[in-house]
Amino acid sequence: MNLDFIIFISLMVLGYTAGSLAERGHFKSLIRREDATMKQPVVTFEDGYELPAGAKFRKSTLVSGSVVISIDYFKRFLASLRFLVGGRVGAYESLLDRARREAILRMKYQAGGADIILGMRVETSTIGGRRKNNKGLGSVEAVAYGTAVWVDEISPQIT
Amino acid sequence: MIELTSIQYLPGKRIVEHYGLVQGSTIRAKHLGRDLMASLKNLVGGELKGYTELLSEARAEATSRMVKQAERFGANAVINVRYATSSVAQGAAELFAYGTAVKVEPE
Repeated sequence: MNLDFIIFISLMVLGYTAGSLAERGHFKSLIRREDATMKQPVVTFEDGYELPAGAKFRKSTLVSGSVVISIDYFKRFLASLRFLVGGRVGAYESLLDRARREAILRMKYQAGGADIILGMRVETSTIGGRRKNNKGLGSVEAVAYGTAVWVDEISPQIT
Repeated sequence: MIELTSIQYLPGKRIVEHYGLVQGSTIRAKHLGRDLMASLKNLVGGELKGYTELLSEARAEATSRMVKQAERFGANAVINVRYATSSVAQGAAELFAYGTAVKVEPE
């Protein structure tokens, strides 16, 4: 049998098993961490945040989180087939979804304990491969950033 | 210490002076060792930790150049900071940070 073909098939199998294992694990961990940080509000608006009565701004700072994620061999092949016929490219959808959610989570962790994150922005970009035959987007970077705000209660409630 | 925000004001502070746009940028190339690891990772998928680090280091560098420019103006805060990334050549990326330098004082 042709050696190239054997290499191709084994890369496909490797990409498929390792890739889908990694993806499933990542989604599971994303959901777990998103549940854990649910109490940390993140908003895209800039003004209109009303302080609770008697509270005062303590400090604010820029926070950000970023991640670079690569697609696996199998999905890249799948996508290249999809490029022939057009339509929804599911393989890349999940890649971008993972990257954005991970970036937002990392931003939240950096802001740990802030009362709110205002004016959040998410930016996505692709990192070009070095080799010429690197078709499609190999890896994608997502960065999330916003302004973390800490609030001081002037009259702490006595319980 | 220069304070940074991604919104149009600094919570709890009043803007007393505007100095206009400040910016910083840097272009970074991947290095061969990291690229080798990355091309292996390209087969199985997943996070490219080397690149994540590289890009966040570069972004910090761009930010600090922007901050230096703001300091020269005598500003003590940069508001409405935005980040942009563009790939200039294969294997290299430009990280760009820009914002508005202002002077703030407590309300």
